[in-house]
Amino acid sequence: MQIIFDKINYVYSGGTAFARHAIKDISFSIEKGEFIGLIGHTGSGKSTLIQHMNGLIKASSGHIYFNGEDIYDNSYKLKELRSKVGLVFQYPEHQLFETTVFKDVLFGPTNLGLDKLECELRAYEALKMVGIGDDLLDASPFELSGGQKRRVAIAGVLAMKPEVLILDEPTAGLDPKGRDDILEQIAKLHRESGMTIILVTHSMEDVANYADRLFVMNKGELVLQHSTKEVFAHYQELEKMHLAAPQVTYVMNALKDRGYAVTTDATTITEAKNEILALLRAKG
Amino acid sequence: MIRDITIGQYYPTNSILHRLDPRVKLIGTFMFIISLFLFQSLFGYIVVTIFLVSVIKLSKVPFGFIVKGLKAVIILLLFTVFFNMFFTPGETLWQFGVIKITKEGLINSGFMAIRLTFLIIGSSLMTFTTTPNQLTDGLEKVLKPLNHIKVPVHEISMMMSIALRFIPILLEETDKIMKAQMARGADFESGGLLKRAKSLIPLLVPLFVSAFRRANDLAMAMEARCYRGGDGRTKMKPLRYHSRDYVAYLSLLLYLGAIIALNIMIKKIV
Ligand SMILES: Nc1ncnc2c1ncn2[C@@H]1O[C@H](COP(=O)(O)OP(=O)(O)O)[C@@H](O)[C@H]1O
Ligand SMILES: [Mg+2]
Repeated sequence: MQIIFDKINYVYSGGTAFARHAIKDISFSIEKGEFIGLIGHTGSGKSTLIQHMNGLIKASSGHIYFNGEDIYDNSYKLKELRSKVGLVFQYPEHQLFETTVFKDVLFGPTNLGLDKLECELRAYEALKMVGIGDDLLDASPFELSGGQKRRVAIAGVLAMKPEVLILDEPTAGLDPKGRDDILEQIAKLHRESGMTIILVTHSMEDVANYADRLFVMNKGELVLQHSTKEVFAHYQELEKMHLAAPQVTYVMNALKDRGYAVTTDATTITEAKNEILALLRAKG
Repeated sequence: MIRDITIGQYYPTNSILHRLDPRVKLIGTFMFIISLFLFQSLFGYIVVTIFLVSVIKLSKVPFGFIVKGLKAVIILLLFTVFFNMFFTPGETLWQFGVIKITKEGLINSGFMAIRLTFLIIGSSLMTFTTTPNQLTDGLEKVLKPLNHIKVPVHEISMMMSIALRFIPILLEETDKIMKAQMARGADFESGGLLKRAKSLIPLLVPLFVSAFRRANDLAMAMEARCYRGGDGRTKMKPLRYHSRDYVAYLSLLLYLGAIIALNIMIKKIV
């Protein structure tokens, strides 16, 4: 197990009138190389939960283990953890600050204290990984388009070569094309580098195609943690939490209700298409 | 971390103080601050303390929360105490080279510290019990007469309410950007002065960029709703005095009267 959460609780502004129990008794474990989708309605505690993973927030109670070590041990080096667990915040483009794209991506590896050449190599590689071309390396990050800015910001985290990459709603505010580009890039990263990926989103379509397992959060609790297909089979429960299964799940269920012999576990359009074509062919 | 600064924050509970008209609280705070500098005697301190403690009790704001706000200004307090202690001439108690502590200095600095603490508590009680919107509404109304001498009261209070509205947003933003940079290995806590100042660049640049972006958005939104200054503008919730406000004014007058009377009496005796 790479990451283990053991009964984590977190209370914002504990002991004051503003106290807010944002994470309630959450336990789970994640294997190396998994692709996890973390879903939940706005305010369900997703962002709070992931900030525990690299020690930016310290749990009010409970334990977190990374590669078998308790990260709340006094001797544990949090700075090292932050280089191994890369966290891309929501709207990461808001954290860009350097004069050029390349320099901004250099910030992470430089903070790790690596030598200059290694830093530059990593920055270059990271920018390649997210599909930023050579012509943009010396551009000001503030001149780029929204989607490009976001990719530069993601590269800023990738350049630290983390073992785990966490992305908080990386598709928020992007147009459909920008959204698909980013998701495809993340999937490619996962395929090629074998990095553990945790993708936070409130859109089912985002994760249906890629995630091995889904964690569903509701009001600070982790209510479901199953394989993607199993979670979508609970689509009626999801609706109660203001979430929805992918559109195709509804289509397949509607077909089944009308007496067609289809299975309802298709989560992507391709799967659904194959299922329907098979049915048509069987009918002749 | 940065959110722990409680000074100037609004503390939502339902107390009589929260329900008072903001004008009463503004004028009351002003009177309280003046009263702090009106007396010299020990009795004065007792009266002020009693008044302040009763107001804190009435406000239902926990004492711990108020004290937490003081932490932010402790440096200022220590500074004042320090200067008063060493630089007041008088009877020497302790001397080391040119540095000496005098009896008058000690007494002076003690009383100064109390006065400053009371001043800060008094004014933060106003912000604890008044939302920024009420506060600026009250201010606009109180300062209205200045309009006649061409002071742009509406504009000033609008600027204030926007500024106040932005403080929590910017604090939140600071917190977020700080965390985002820490996730990239930034270190805001260690190193010498120069290194620390340098480490603020990755925080300040995005913060300014976002402040300008927000200001721009707001200006656009205001224009889209045809905002064009205060002339002829009406209020959704106009301020109106209730009987509790008159009672509050009366208590304030009584308090001020007591302080002044005490002062005159003591002068007569001495
Ligand atoms: N810095 C903070 N201080 C106080 N409360 C917070 C803070 N950040 C989030 N919260 C509260 O914690 C809860 C969970 O928020 P969050 O983790 O941001 O949810 P999500 O990312 O799922 O939208 C919300 O109710 C939110 O209001
Ligand atoms: Mg969030």
